[in-house]
Amino acid sequence: MPGIDYSQKIPNNVDLKSDKRLQRALESWQPNYLDWWANMGPTDFNEKDIYLRTAVGVDAKGWAHYDYVAMPDYRWGIFLEPRQGEATIGFGDHFGEPVWDQVPGEYRNWLRRLIVTQADTEPASVEQQRLLGHTAPSLYDLRNLFQVNVEEGRHLWAMVYLLHGFFGKDGREEADELLERRSGNPDHPRILQTFNEPCEDWLSFLCFTMFTDRDGKFQLLSLAESGFDPLARTCRFMLTEEAHHMFVGQTGVGRVIQRTCEVVNEGKDPVEVGAIPFEIIQKYISFWSSSSTDLFGSEVSSNASNFFRAGLKGRANESKLEDHRALEGHYDLPVIDGDRVTNDEIPLRNAMNEVLRDEYVKDNEKGIAYWNRICEKAGVDFRFFLPHRRFNRSVGLYAGRRFDLEGNLIDEQTWNQKVGEWLPTAEDKAYVKSLMVPCFERGKYAGWIAPPAKGVNGQEVDFEYVKL
Amino acid sequence: MVQDFRTAPAQYKHWRLEVDGDIATLTMAVDPEGGQRSDYELKLNSYDLGVDIELADAIQRLRFEQPQVRTCVVTGGLDRVFCAGANINMLSTSPHGFKVNFCKYTNETRCGIEDASANSNVRFLAALNGTASGGGYELALACDKILLVDDRNSAVSFPELPLLGVLPGTGGLTRIADKRKIRRDRTDVFSTLAEGIKGKRAVEWDLVDRIAPLSKWSESVSAMARELADELPDASGNQGIDLTRLEYTEAGQGRSYEYVELTIADDGRTAHLTVNLPAEVGPKTAAEAHAAGASWWVFQAFREVDDALCHLRMNLPEVAVVLLRVVGSIDVALGADALLADSHWFTVEVRNFVKRVLKRQDNTAKSFYAIADQGTAFAGLFLEMALAADRIYLLNDPELPVQMGISGTANGGLFPMSNGISRLETRFLGDETAPARILEHQGAIDAETADELGLATSAPDEIDWDDEIRLAIEERTAYSPDALTGMEANLRFAGPETMETKIFGRLTAWQNWIFQRPNAVGERGALKCYGTPQAPEFDYKRT
Repeated sequence: MPGIDYSQKIPNNVDLKSDKRLQRALESWQPNYLDWWANMGPTDFNEKDIYLRTAVGVDAKGWAHYDYVAMPDYRWGIFLEPRQGEATIGFGDHFGEPVWDQVPGEYRNWLRRLIVTQADTEPASVEQQRLLGHTAPSLYDLRNLFQVNVEEGRHLWAMVYLLHGFFGKDGREEADELLERRSGNPDHPRILQTFNEPCEDWLSFLCFTMFTDRDGKFQLLSLAESGFDPLARTCRFMLTEEAHHMFVGQTGVGRVIQRTCEVVNEGKDPVEVGAIPFEIIQKYISFWSSSSTDLFGSEVSSNASNFFRAGLKGRANESKLEDHRALEGHYDLPVIDGDRVTNDEIPLRNAMNEVLRDEYVKDNEKGIAYWNRICEKAGVDFRFFLPHRRFNRSVGLYAGRRFDLEGNLIDEQTWNQKVGEWLPTAEDKAYVKSLMVPCFERGKYAGWIAPPAKGVNGQEVDFEYVKL
Repeated sequence: MVQDFRTAPAQYKHWRLEVDGDIATLTMAVDPEGGQRSDYELKLNSYDLGVDIELADAIQRLRFEQPQVRTCVVTGGLDRVFCAGANINMLSTSPHGFKVNFCKYTNETRCGIEDASANSNVRFLAALNGTASGGGYELALACDKILLVDDRNSAVSFPELPLLGVLPGTGGLTRIADKRKIRRDRTDVFSTLAEGIKGKRAVEWDLVDRIAPLSKWSESVSAMARELADELPDASGNQGIDLTRLEYTEAGQGRSYEYVELTIADDGRTAHLTVNLPAEVGPKTAAEAHAAGASWWVFQAFREVDDALCHLRMNLPEVAVVLLRVVGSIDVALGADALLADSHWFTVEVRNFVKRVLKRQDNTAKSFYAIADQGTAFAGLFLEMALAADRIYLLNDPELPVQMGISGTANGGLFPMSNGISRLETRFLGDETAPARILEHQGAIDAETADELGLATSAPDEIDWDDEIRLAIEERTAYSPDALTGMEANLRFAGPETMETKIFGRLTAWQNWIFQRPNAVGERGALKCYGTPQAPEFDYKRT
């Protein structure tokens, strides 16, 4: 694409128009990306005009520009948060040294791995969600889905920018492979298992944006601390968008709960009127929160230690902490010793995944409290809870053993007896799926979800968010 | 702990051996809690000596118990992981001597796979269902063909240098260069890339032979296994034998077997390893030997020697000198040679087994003295044990006649050393007519002749004998054990280099050197720091 006006086609603040290397890389990658979007994105809605937010700059005015746009024409830009003063590395063995503008050779492979793993999740979720548009409960929700999708696409761009800009030929190959792996594909699945789970109904989507995107938030927070400055600044900008995804999840599940509360207060059985019983909502919460808890990796990890000491991946909000070297401290980790849970002292650096998971769990608890306030206000007795972090794990120390919702070790037999009460059964899923019929009339909302408290960008809730 | 090298499939903790007609599948599923010590966990199919003892046993059993098998598939039983190599916590907390002997044993197991492929009508297919790193990829390299799953994630790798500051110690570097003959710049890049190489590029660089997608994985493995099997002659008529458990009684630190006696002197520095030959030569035909199976005395005696050598290496580090004796009749000693040259599958297997035991002796870091005094019978294949020793002491006294015995088959190349030539040829590299001259003396020869032919290091008479032996032992036990190991390894393997001599030579030299250097095992060495919060600190001066 010679003579292309990069600032128009690809809004950016990385001086794309004078960076020949980056231009060349993106020129060959972009057509493949558009192909991927055409095949694996929300294909059937590619022609429609959607009221989307586009980031066209990094300032307060630029990052949230609203207008109707067809998704393939969305301007996937590349933005780094502007640099403020002389930055220094905030943690690890290089604490206090100037940040790196280029990749340090010594850490090149680790950094690439970190970026590729993060990047792989971005297109994965678009793939997982590609058919949901057909069953959206309202135009408002449909628009939110697409907003999430295009922003995940932009996050992929952001990561690809780093791979193209700083990792040479290997980086270009990795960027190509990001478009070749496919969520749930048996031959070339996405790297992390949660991103291969099917996300076929809207309750799953809302839970995904609540819990799985929240993992993304914490990964981005820890990468936003990176001593590799382009990565840190890229992630900081991504965080502003990620916040919206969690808003979609938190308020979305809240609206499902709100609707069920209304039905219950009318003295009706939710199933009879096509709302979702609290127990089923809880099971979905238990599934998605536990599956997403896996994404933080092993509790004891040499990689996590290496990444921290090298200054590549820190802790969330590192600057608020005191000991930035974390060389002396320990983490008291509950471990399984035969049939008992005992505590083990793990060197703090090796426990960095767990440290980050702690913050994640705390954040999830706040979301649960928000949902319980909805029940409380409605005068409903039901209370939601977050299952214990040991529940239903497939990665790390607790994988391979069974735990109940409170984190107590149980045997396989008990698990088999109880799992139907704890996680969605085939019947639950079939019921939720049966409710998934589109509601595309302006201002109308499906019977299992309440309308939002307010619309997008000051618009009304019956605004025409998608022109079908 | 005392290492026991005996195991059997019913006892395996880490492997499953399944046989279906002429295809065997050996599946690695290491029990994380099943390590030899409790201070490390065998995560991600990483291994310790216990895991490798089972592998060695399985390979051995395939050869003897399942001779009809033409392809052995070696694969991983964990999701997305083939094998992560030797367990790093185990290595970093083990004493140096153990590490070296561990590496040596695992090397012998890998070379045993290649030996089976070369001599036993069986091919090995490494079916890498997930990432194979370090020793995991080295195991794959020991197989004839490597099939790697193409899931855009699984790779083969040597992370030792970049992550641990040591080398792939199980022949990996030698095999990528000398066996797969990969270009040196590519092997350089590969060996410094911790995450390794996957998919198409792994094939392009010949690090693996083929890749197959996950959805076609099991059929690809089966098809490739079938291809390999069909290249070999049908062996379905071969009836396997039962590799019975080797029995011994413990006597102090020593062990007493049916034919072999291992005793340790009170000071713990000298061992006596004696093979007591049976009174009769036993089976006269290959069929009779096959019928006797594991109890055919030649086979059993060498299984006992093998166990005694492993015991000496792993459990008796302070023993410096091993005094070798073979006691019995020269006729019996020579009596099995013709059978060992037979083409019956079973006698071929026993011959190859004896060859490997003799190599195990060559590679044992102890000083071996063959003691040929009255009643000894270093003849034929048992003369090979003497020739594998560092020195041969021969009693040469007309009053006390001692004989040795020459066999054109056994000493004429039936048991090549790892350098590819016979022990006689290696001994007389400077005089190429010597081996033929010796082989002319078919049968028993007296001590005088043996000495003249150059078979004795020293041939004292009865009056000097005791003192000479005593001094030789006392002198030896006083020297630096490290220098002795180095000297012996230099002197034992004269002559041509082969992949095998390179593997063991480089293990002894480079890997052991690196294993001792502060950059690996010092307070801030890479091996010590791995998995801890500390970054390694190197002394950057090149040596």
